[in-house]
Amino acid sequence: MYAFELHKAKSVADAAALIAKTGGKALAGGQSLVGAMKLRLAQPGALVDLSGIAELRGIRREGGAVIVGAMTRHAEVAASADVKAAIPALVALAEGIGDRQVRNMGTLGGAIAHADPAADWPAAVLGLGATVITSKGRHAADGFFKGLYETALAGDELVTAVSFPVPRKAAYAKFRNPASRFALVGVFVAQAGDGAVRVAVTGATATPFRCAPLEAALAKSFTADAAKAAKVSANGLSGDLHASPEYRAHLIPVLAARAVASL
Amino acid sequence: MGASDTNVMGKSVRRKEDYRFLTGAGQYTDDVNPDRHTHAYFLRSPHAHARIRGIDTSRAKAAPGVVAVCTSADLEGVNGLPCGWLITGTDGKPMNEPPHPVLAKGKVRHVGDPVAMVVAETPNQAKDASELIDVDYEVLPAVVNCVDALKRGAPQIHDEAPGNKCYTWALGDKAAVDAAFAKAAHVSKLDIVNNRLIPNAIEPRAAVASYDRAADGYTLYVASQNPHVERLLMTAFVLGLPEHKVRVIAPDVGGGFGSKIYLYAEETAMVWASKRVGRPIKWTAERSESFVSDAHGRDHVTRAELAMDKDGRFLAMRVHTTANMGAYLSTFASCIPTILYATLLAGQYTTPAIYCEVTAAFTNTVPVDAYRGAGRPEATYVVERLVHQAGVDMKLPQDEIRRRNFIRSFPHQTPVALTYDTGGYDACLDEAMRLADVKGFAARKAEAAKRGKLRGIGYSSYIEACGLAPSNIAGALGARAGLFEAGEVRVHPTGSVTVFTGSHSHGQGHETTFAQVVASRLGIPVENVDVVHGDTGRVPFGMGTYGSRSLAVGGTAIVKALDKIVAKGRKIAAHLLEAAESDIEFADGKFTVSGTDRSKTFGEVALTAYVPHNYPLDKLEPGLNETAFYDPTNFTFPAGTHVCEVEVDPDTGVVEVVAFSACDDFGNIVNPMIVEGQVHGGLTQGLGQALLENCVYDAESGQLLSGTYMDYAMPRADDVPSFNVGTKVTPCTHNPLGAKGCGEAGAIGAPAAMMNAVHDALAAVGVTYIDMPASPHRVWRAIQAARA
Repeated sequence: MYAFELHKAKSVADAAALIAKTGGKALAGGQSLVGAMKLRLAQPGALVDLSGIAELRGIRREGGAVIVGAMTRHAEVAASADVKAAIPALVALAEGIGDRQVRNMGTLGGAIAHADPAADWPAAVLGLGATVITSKGRHAADGFFKGLYETALAGDELVTAVSFPVPRKAAYAKFRNPASRFALVGVFVAQAGDGAVRVAVTGATATPFRCAPLEAALAKSFTADAAKAAKVSANGLSGDLHASPEYRAHLIPVLAARAVASL
Repeated sequence: MGASDTNVMGKSVRRKEDYRFLTGAGQYTDDVNPDRHTHAYFLRSPHAHARIRGIDTSRAKAAPGVVAVCTSADLEGVNGLPCGWLITGTDGKPMNEPPHPVLAKGKVRHVGDPVAMVVAETPNQAKDASELIDVDYEVLPAVVNCVDALKRGAPQIHDEAPGNKCYTWALGDKAAVDAAFAKAAHVSKLDIVNNRLIPNAIEPRAAVASYDRAADGYTLYVASQNPHVERLLMTAFVLGLPEHKVRVIAPDVGGGFGSKIYLYAEETAMVWASKRVGRPIKWTAERSESFVSDAHGRDHVTRAELAMDKDGRFLAMRVHTTANMGAYLSTFASCIPTILYATLLAGQYTTPAIYCEVTAAFTNTVPVDAYRGAGRPEATYVVERLVHQAGVDMKLPQDEIRRRNFIRSFPHQTPVALTYDTGGYDACLDEAMRLADVKGFAARKAEAAKRGKLRGIGYSSYIEACGLAPSNIAGALGARAGLFEAGEVRVHPTGSVTVFTGSHSHGQGHETTFAQVVASRLGIPVENVDVVHGDTGRVPFGMGTYGSRSLAVGGTAIVKALDKIVAKGRKIAAHLLEAAESDIEFADGKFTVSGTDRSKTFGEVALTAYVPHNYPLDKLEPGLNETAFYDPTNFTFPAGTHVCEVEVDPDTGVVEVVAFSACDDFGNIVNPMIVEGQVHGGLTQGLGQALLENCVYDAESGQLLSGTYMDYAMPRADDVPSFNVGTKVTPCTHNPLGAKGCGEAGAIGAPAAMMNAVHDALAAVGVTYIDMPASPHRVWRAIQAARA
């Protein structure tokens, strides 16, 4: 790790000012950034620690949505009775992230701002059509994830919370990379209160995406059989040591079917 | 079981070492922090193959905190790292043995090849400075696959090894094998890849080297499995230092699995530099560094054929293997795919004729050497996959084809040089099948099918040659070292005992097992015995721990020393009891005049030896301290049968090991709990090879693609089933403990059992062949191909 300065922010405004002043990076749970720094793959001159900002923590129900603060840890989501009552799929997703140590440190805001192509949270944000609330405004889920580690956030814009609309039903199914245990493919299926179906896929490309053939199939019939029969093209999907694009394309409907079957 | 019992043989005494390990009080090399110590960092090659046009260290030398920067140009008078085993080829010539410089000289030959050592005040300063070293590389084409390396036109890695060949070596009667194949009723064949593995001891390699001007001596703390061998190789072959001036200490070591047997470049350069720098130097490998600098394992490509008569009786076996040596010959690399591989191809079977030819190739990869099992897992995989295929081809049940060919009369001379002293293969097969409830398999398969799963069962009846080894036989086969073991038993005046052993414990529990051996032989409580190992300054000598040899060879050396202790004790007791020495019996900790109740306890005799007031000083030296060196007369032959059941999810290709039963014959067992732990660990490593682990290099660039845990899949607790293990005992006939060794058996037997089960499951969907690891992607592709 290279030497860096550490600043502790007291508020969101303070954090934004420190980032602007130092040109540093925001430190949320540090589960991706600190690892990259230890490998000398990232070398920020300064880190602005968000962990002391009380306004970024917590979970609350607000009308038809569950609002999760950006610095809420995965383990806190997993243990939340409010989330479990409203959107149990988020509890299942959060308790399946990494291991216990990662879940105790990693945060929702950090995960979506980092936008790792194999992260779980982006599938939920996109699958539920959530709204990303930031220091500068709001972003719709569609269009938030722009590319590999790339989002619609401006350089000094901080995620403060995510508002997840409560669906009629939703579920997440993940196929783990045998080595890293990250999502080789993760599929989030949701049927909104108005019956609209959204299906989001993570792990399969540089950016999570909504899967049109599955959304069409499940809109017609929200059943596992319908999901399994859908055909997903391998075009544009990632290929690596652990999965070819064809294998990922095959897994997407299989996982969608398993997600639906779990409901 | 109370530890203060003296009747402790065969009892699961709790491990004496666990208190310190479980409370964080272990002392590992990284815990050693001498005053004024500096830190080393090794700059490694980013290229698989490149010429070094020049190295400029001037900026690094000027960097903050830097104490020294060394390259090969500085290492004047330092030789290359030696290979400890000379293989003679079929052409009668010695193997090609290119130099293995401590720091790269003229060329780099694999990603991770050390180029320079930076010594600085802190690890970070050393690392920062390494980024200021300018190495002018001319990148050359690379080759990573051992078959490709031998092809015409492949990049030439060493001038001393034309065509990248290290040797072609053969064992067995080729003419007899060819004749048997000519008259065979059936021949089964397989082309097999034994996947390359990266060892992953939980403690990375580490060293602390220092030079003491006052004593004019060096001390090296190093995470090693065999500190005496490390010292011998380093002083005699590389640095030219007087052996008595170098003390090597291998303190607590967190796992080795073979990877810590070898003499490596890092500690060698550090010992050399410690005198020049005048301060201790410390280095602990980072995990990503371990991936590109610890010797790898396996990496064979094999064609194997088995000739049978019409009833499935084996007539002959023919095996051609290409083995990857990596970029340089590691310490024991050359003997792994030859002496420890081809000699095991008889397995548990009476196959009368076997011929094996092995070509070893250099490639632009990390050197390959012994990894838990070392040659024997590769041999078992060939034999047991081939036997499974033969069973399929001959339409015989898997237990039946094995039974038709089992060796039942001992000693048995195989056609590949070994003489098995004893064994009971039917008993292990029967017990493994009972543990596995083979009778219920059909019902379990049908039930799994209802859930959409393909269930399969696989067998592996393995054998290994352990207890390495009779030195004269090893020498005749090319070993450049002896393979005995040393032990010293120091009885203290009050009757407690310290044992000094040349074996090294890095997870095996010797401090407990060896103490049990001593306690039971002397009739004293096990807590009265301490075991010291891993220090050339305290232990007389040692060849170290590998090849499941510690109890069979190291334990026997201790027994021989104990025999001397008892013999001397008998003389002392005879004097005290005023009886003839020949009338003194020793049992249960007491020297007794035969046929009487007159006796002296072991403690009384020990005290007399050190307070010799009433003592035959004219005939006998005082004191009670004996040393023995033991050189075995044969290998030991642990063997057993493993039965594995898997379920395959055809939708995803996921293989789950749902049941695993193992019945092993390790000879006599001292501590069943420790043995069971060793079996569990070995089976888990076997599962890693069969289903998860795969070292992958990019064929073009030679970059290591599976270079971190993000891409190299280690087995985790939830990957393994609850193992069902049992034992049968045929005591080893040629050591006094009757012990054979247990450390590697799991890793040797398991991969074939698991892969045979995978093949059995996938036969239902028409898949006939799949290589390790049977990863979900690979299994899914095989199913797709079979359906197409």
